[in-house]
Amino acid sequence: MSNLHQMSGKYVIAGIGQTAFGKLPGRSTISLNIEACKNALIDAGVEKNQVDALLVKTPTSAREFMYGQKLAAAMGMRPKIGGSWDQGGAANIALISNAMNAIEAGQCEIALVCYADNPKTGNRDHFSRPRGDDAVFGWFSTAAGYAMIQQRHIIEFGTKAEDFGIIAKAARRHGAENPNAQLRKAINIDSYLQSPMQIEPLRRDDCCLVSDGGAALVIMSATKARKLGIHHAIPILGLGQGQTSSDLTNRPSLTSTEAVVSGKTAFTMAGLKTKDIDVVQIYDCFTIAVMMTLEDYGFCPKGQFGSWAANGYLEIDGGLPFNTSGGLLSETGMPGLQLILEGVKQMRGTALLQVAQAKKCLISNQGGTMHTHGTLILGN
Amino acid sequence: MSEFPQPDITVTNKPFWDGLKNGELLFQECTNGHRWLPASDFCPECLSTFFEFKKASGKAKLISWVIYNTAHHRAFEKMVPYNVAIVQLDEGPRMITNIVCAKEELMPEMKLTLTIEERDGVFLPKFLAQ
Repeated sequence: MSNLHQMSGKYVIAGIGQTAFGKLPGRSTISLNIEACKNALIDAGVEKNQVDALLVKTPTSAREFMYGQKLAAAMGMRPKIGGSWDQGGAANIALISNAMNAIEAGQCEIALVCYADNPKTGNRDHFSRPRGDDAVFGWFSTAAGYAMIQQRHIIEFGTKAEDFGIIAKAARRHGAENPNAQLRKAINIDSYLQSPMQIEPLRRDDCCLVSDGGAALVIMSATKARKLGIHHAIPILGLGQGQTSSDLTNRPSLTSTEAVVSGKTAFTMAGLKTKDIDVVQIYDCFTIAVMMTLEDYGFCPKGQFGSWAANGYLEIDGGLPFNTSGGLLSETGMPGLQLILEGVKQMRGTALLQVAQAKKCLISNQGGTMHTHGTLILGN
Repeated sequence: MSEFPQPDITVTNKPFWDGLKNGELLFQECTNGHRWLPASDFCPECLSTFFEFKKASGKAKLISWVIYNTAHHRAFEKMVPYNVAIVQLDEGPRMITNIVCAKEELMPEMKLTLTIEERDGVFLPKFLAQ
């Protein structure tokens, strides 16, 4: 067995915390991060002075120089290891990996991983910005890149609009049942098809929410968690990462994601296959991202999503429940970390929409326009 | 001052933009035969600095496209609905561009030919159906 598999189960998520999600006027990203970290420490039963690593994902819409150090100062912490990491939505899983590796190397013992952003009440220019010199062609916004990928998927596989609706319907159903979700309005395929076109072929209901909010995790070794008597710590069975060209024009394929790469590493580390996974939390910034990610992990044959996911397969009472708290489409647009929190809750058996007897949960985070990818497999 | 977004002209990409002023679409090719866009000081494949700018034939095919129904910038308000596309030049490199046609005319893999349009002093490589 490789070193990869030897790391499986050796580290745990010992605590989770979050803020409210939605519109949180007047709250800085530092304030949101502190609240999320405080709640994660309470959940783990760990004091802040026991934490010796503070790893934060750079706020997407409000970048600041030396942000990790500002956060540490605001929390009255002097962590041995600390800083902010910019990798878009995949950064959360990268930071968990960095925490595990630092603990494994003996550089620290307990890490806080956190992320907060406030584009809903703050500045959301980041998401509609010009894409370099290609602005001369009117090439603006994050959504447009996903629309371009979606159109290519339609060209290559004949993917139908309804197929994307399956994803939106499942996420919105789960969000509607989550009292903490920002958007609690279930939809059906007809209303999905009638939702207004944004940048075609994207419809409004293909696009995630814009939200204020923060979330945090406490990472430590399974041994440390046992010593501290933390009973609800959830083992990290697998983790993998992948990255491709940030230029859409320079990717080998527009219809494949780095889930291929990150998934292979994570499944190898965990010693598991797709059939072992009971529930998934997939980064649903846009419905096309979910479809391609599930294809690339091997859950669904490429280009056959519509028939594979029919009849509510991704819904709570289906074969592979997905985004059980509503995801970015319904719970909160806060990129990614909430999916890990929901994965932890599913494995603890404390989720609001609990999947019965769920033992293994896969979580996908991705960033940019599918430039970066992270896969996390949790389980008991 | 023009409100049209201006490209950031650098030492690296100046030959590309100068080429368009002269009616030519240029891509880069290194001595190992790798070809690329956008302009770079290094070959993205072998990191070679031995390259030249070469004239593209202007022939291309359509890979994918999107339709903007609202403008994200004032300069494009009168153009909506407008398309932005990825095309692949016959020589290999891909680029972002506009196809000069109605959205109903856009077809997967359609054959295209270069047309250079000037707007507010910027010479833009766009494409027409062949």
